[in-house]
Amino acid sequence: MTAISPSATPTPITLTGSRSRLDLPRTVTFVAALSMVALLFLVLGFITWNGIQLFTKGVGVGEILSDTWKPSSSTPRYGILDFIAGTIAVTAVAILMAAPIAIGLALFLAEVAPAWARRIVQPALEVFVGVPSVVWGWLGITILVPFLRDHFRNLGFTLGFSWFAGSLVLAIMILPTVTAVAFDAFRVLPRDYTTASLALGSTRWQTFRNVLIPSARAGLLTAIVLGLARAAGEALAVQMVIGNRTSFPSSPAAPMSTLTSQITLDMGNTVFGEPWNDALWTMALVLLLLSLGFVLVIRILNARASR
Amino acid sequence: MEDEITMTTMTRRPATIAGGLLLVASLATGGAALAQSPAASMTANYPAPTCVAGTITAVGSTALQPLVDAAGVQYAAACPGSTINVQGGGSGTGLTQVSSGAVQIGNSDVTAESKLPADAAAKLVDHQVAKQGWIMVTSPDVTGVTNLTTEQATAIWTGATTNWKDVGGPDEPIVLILRPESSGTRATFKKLILGGADEATGQALTEDSNGAVVKAVGQTPGSTSVIGFAYYQQNLGTVTGLALDGVEANVANMTDGSYKLSAIGHMYTNGEATDLTAAFLDYMVSPAIQDELIPSLFYAPVVGAPMASPAASTAP
Repeated sequence: MTAISPSATPTPITLTGSRSRLDLPRTVTFVAALSMVALLFLVLGFITWNGIQLFTKGVGVGEILSDTWKPSSSTPRYGILDFIAGTIAVTAVAILMAAPIAIGLALFLAEVAPAWARRIVQPALEVFVGVPSVVWGWLGITILVPFLRDHFRNLGFTLGFSWFAGSLVLAIMILPTVTAVAFDAFRVLPRDYTTASLALGSTRWQTFRNVLIPSARAGLLTAIVLGLARAAGEALAVQMVIGNRTSFPSSPAAPMSTLTSQITLDMGNTVFGEPWNDALWTMALVLLLLSLGFVLVIRILNARASR
Repeated sequence: MEDEITMTTMTRRPATIAGGLLLVASLATGGAALAQSPAASMTANYPAPTCVAGTITAVGSTALQPLVDAAGVQYAAACPGSTINVQGGGSGTGLTQVSSGAVQIGNSDVTAESKLPADAAAKLVDHQVAKQGWIMVTSPDVTGVTNLTTEQATAIWTGATTNWKDVGGPDEPIVLILRPESSGTRATFKKLILGGADEATGQALTEDSNGAVVKAVGQTPGSTSVIGFAYYQQNLGTVTGLALDGVEANVANMTDGSYKLSAIGHMYTNGEATDLTAAFLDYMVSPAIQDELIPSLFYAPVVGAPMASPAASTAP
């Protein structure tokens, strides 16, 4: 974040020169921005349009929000409550696991780590972000699921495929994202906060607890909401370890299903325009609204923080 | 800070998509490579296909994909200038895309009438190319169970029987692993074995592909599921196959009709097939495919026995 110094502005000559003709940089960047916004609205419009088709086919909101999912029955029912609850459950537990570690890791990077340690941990986090979700899912089904089944049988993990396994895989996946944003939240705090707190005789722990974490609260909440948004939208890795049982999430040791996993299971086998396919679009719309909600929360938090 | 947030979310997505595509691509090519080797050497014994140049795409059923893929490779090898792209995506995708004209051929395990609206289904032309079979499998720890009757299988799948000891196996809970409700495999099993009865979804796991099912059955003690013949042959040591009503699950029993867990694979065209599409579909029911490639990939021919046997007897 280097401030622009007055001496660094001899550029207006080129600016005025190009403005008389076609302003190429301006046009190119404007088109880029416009196409992005247009694409977003097209996608929003398309998903919304398809998501509400089910309502035009005699299926009410009440039925959709029920917990009976029987799309292939002769009297089909399209209740998606189990999947909505599943998405919320698996996401919430994932963030409960990831957030404390991520915030601790961010504090370590921002306040504790010597320069050489930061040089190792930061690139490691970036590599983490780049690991494809199918790899996490594969590791999950190969290592985590059998491990849970063999070692936690008496806790109810008889199958291994479970809510807990899904949350754990998600927690690992969102950890680097949450850490990176939390690290930024600590990094932008004035250095004086730490030094003043220590000068007043606080221990390091007291400084973290009473000064740094409260001061960075808005940024940390942003990190958590961002993690929630990432986790709610993840499909592949979760689907591989969660068991995909159509039932309300009752126990962390039991298999369950989420909006994303149900969409990926059924999308290739249903045809466009049939009510079953429409119900999948409705689920996609619910997911979209969920992530729009997360974005809104981040906006509000940021606005509050900058006040 | 706002910028950084957007950056993180945006950079993450392409990696996921790329990973997924990579997996799909490697599975598809793996299937093709596996299928090609035994069949390619045999083509010399059969008349060459009618060659038409061009490019067509067949999309849909993953159960039919290995067969169509291998046949496409064989056809393109015999006919330079023709390209046949074969993709998966599921029967629903195949029917949707051929119906909308996006592709020339839609592969499906189920009839178009059962999926599409009547007017759309009426425009499609059905080409029946092979019989495909499914086999009930268990995890290796379920010893002593080698056969299930239709009644026993129904009891297990509907949740009435929940322990292997009730069907002659060890005292161990049964873990049911289903395919998604929309899958052709599940629909076929439900129709042919369960007589339309609902599966015990509240106690079952669901996995979305033959590969995932094999993986889950192989490592989950006491589990059982249903997979395609070809996938079973590739995983003989991982899972244990069961006979149905005392009939072994093999190509011979499927061909003569005594093994009942099998169904016709369909290749649909939008209107009558023309050009390369017509030539390729003719090739699919020619002796090179029906008598040679199909059994080698564990499918059964649909070109009936009366037609196949004279051809076989005139060959030597």
